[in-house]
Amino acid sequence: MAEQKEKFTFSDELVSYIKEWKQKRGNLIMVLHRVQQEFRYVPKEAAERVAEMLDVPLAKIYGVLTFYHYFKIKEPGEYNIQVCMGTACYLKGGDGLVEELENVLGVSEQEVTEDGRFSFESVRCVGCCGLAPVLVVGEEVYGKVTKDQIPGIIAKYQ
Amino acid sequence: MKTVKMKVNGKSIQVPASYSVLQAAKEVNINIPTLCYHPDLPAWAACGICVVKLENSPKMVRACATPVAAGMSIITHDAELHQIRKTVIELILSTHPSSCLTCGRNGSCELQNLAANFGVREQPYEIRLRDFEPDTSTTSIVMNREKCISCGRCAMVCQSLQGVWALEFVGRGEHTVIAPAGEVPLNDSPCIKCGQCSAHCPVGAIFEKDETREFMEATRDKDKHVVVQIAPAVRVAIGEAFDMEPGTISTGRTYAALRALGADTVFDTNFSADLTIIEEGSELVHRITTGKGELPQITSCCPAWTDYMEKYYPDMIPNFSTAKSPMMMQGALTKTYYAQNVGVDPKNIYSVAIMPCTAKKFEKERDENMYASGYADVDLVLTTRELTRLIRSAGIDFVNLGEEEADSPIGAYSGAGTIFGNTGGVMEAAVRTAYKLVTDEELGDVNVTAVRGMDGVRKGSVDFKGTEIKVAVAHGMANVSTLLEEIREARNNKQEPPYHFIEVMACRGGCIAGGGQPYATTDEVRNKRIAGIYKDDEQSDIRCSHQNPDIQKLYDDFLGKPLGKKSHDLLHTGYHERPLYKK
Repeated sequence: MAEQKEKFTFSDELVSYIKEWKQKRGNLIMVLHRVQQEFRYVPKEAAERVAEMLDVPLAKIYGVLTFYHYFKIKEPGEYNIQVCMGTACYLKGGDGLVEELENVLGVSEQEVTEDGRFSFESVRCVGCCGLAPVLVVGEEVYGKVTKDQIPGIIAKYQ
Repeated sequence: MKTVKMKVNGKSIQVPASYSVLQAAKEVNINIPTLCYHPDLPAWAACGICVVKLENSPKMVRACATPVAAGMSIITHDAELHQIRKTVIELILSTHPSSCLTCGRNGSCELQNLAANFGVREQPYEIRLRDFEPDTSTTSIVMNREKCISCGRCAMVCQSLQGVWALEFVGRGEHTVIAPAGEVPLNDSPCIKCGQCSAHCPVGAIFEKDETREFMEATRDKDKHVVVQIAPAVRVAIGEAFDMEPGTISTGRTYAALRALGADTVFDTNFSADLTIIEEGSELVHRITTGKGELPQITSCCPAWTDYMEKYYPDMIPNFSTAKSPMMMQGALTKTYYAQNVGVDPKNIYSVAIMPCTAKKFEKERDENMYASGYADVDLVLTTRELTRLIRSAGIDFVNLGEEEADSPIGAYSGAGTIFGNTGGVMEAAVRTAYKLVTDEELGDVNVTAVRGMDGVRKGSVDFKGTEIKVAVAHGMANVSTLLEEIREARNNKQEPPYHFIEVMACRGGCIAGGGQPYATTDEVRNKRIAGIYKDDEQSDIRCSHQNPDIQKLYDDFLGKPLGKKSHDLLHTGYHERPLYKK
């Protein structure tokens, strides 16, 4: 348990950010964004710490975390691949990319590969419809992706 | 009071400006159907079944959440509204299992009633059921999420009425479930087992843990000597399940029903309520007169409240009265004093408590002090609702049952014992006896009206012949924090405690509106039950716990003196900090 706590120590910046937001209305979502930025998801220990620091019930935090698609409560893969399923990408075959990722990675959406390296999720419009269908890995955007390009894209991050 | 003039179905009426359309319609005897709405809770317009039309407007509004306005003209019923409401019901039914015949709410389900009233005969929509394992983790309630219609009453009750926050909407859209944070079972969450969620659930999605079978098996076992006690609040509510008016006093009828169900001996928890007052009152007087022990002393007879305090306010543990609840005292005496009296081996006694409360199912095994007799002091707790089912299934004509008396030697009670059942009652009972203990005189007027009423927090003081005793009462768990923060602040500032004695009951109105009481409890019903309790008190020849001759005899023959060694062993307990979420 102590080890776990160690793992999710809040940085000084995060702590001062929370303190800054504590008295403000609508602080919860801002704080959770910042927490997810730090840990890539919102682990339970972190949610508990936020509950304590903001004096908000943990259940309320989970209500927010599970309502918004953006927040993750389970650790994603080291590389979380986002497949755009906005209207344009969907029409251009985004769902085919999802299928192919399932085949190549051997996991379904929101699951993590055994080595912890990859996970994927479908997201709504990422804002570059001209490149449809689009796939995002970290900061890298891949446009006009075809199914057969997927193994190659994944190989880059192996 | 500001009022507005408006029309309901063409009829002109004048109603308070604070009313909702739903309330206004009631004034002219029109019931707009509702499902998510409950008068205990703020309206949040989830289900849509209460839609009404505004005349001269194409808009439809939800009656529960729409305030009245001057000149407003509403139509509550027509063919179109009927069709819309019916569609809402059909859509809900498309995600709700049709296992009514084997559901605990069969016959008392609000959804079932609506479907019947609207004449739903077909299922026009694709059935989309969800599959969940029931959450049976607590001792008190079971969550059957596949039956949940996401009306949200349970979460609202848990958050706004009780301030517990065990339940919340988790997920979104059709995947929403009402659950604790972090996918933990209910028992590992801050849940205090008060059961208000189960009392407010319109369907069978949250239901008391049914243990009626255990009772029947015990009565069939020839080796078992079944001893039953009934709590103060049961007597003024149980009749409602048999279409009697709320507040009807059914004490003698309930004793008779229990004997008909196979109980060998029937006692009354009110006796031990009197005993609690002697022990707890002596403890209070000890704290005040000797200066030893924390003040204010806080009542501890409500197991949902003690659970809450151990999780949310563990720094208040020293303030808690160590006196056990009446139920646990009665249980301990049943297997010691009573067993000796009748010469029955306590191991053959099966001790049953009929309670208005689901948390009592948790209390009976909360720690090793609940086994003070050397056995489980209470073997089984049944809620009022469970008892009514037993009575019905045994074909007992409850309404026409003759009145019977409780058994001796731990069955007779004073009026002070009976008022334990509602908010302010424990305080009033304690004042009646503490006054005698401190001043050695009887209180002139035993009606301590300063602590009566339904306000969430009530403060008052009682003059003990020159000594002012400051008291406060809170009910509805969410109301307690203001009092506790006040105490904390005084303590932190090294000031005199603002009160000597505080009574807390977790449920709004007290035990009369406990989580195990008959359904459809509203403030109107609460007030009637409370009136029944005070009537029982007023009709009693003896109205102070210390005047109960059987209590005096118990001390003379068995216990010795209040707070003595035997009392300590059998009648007192302790509290310890518990985490909000079990790891």
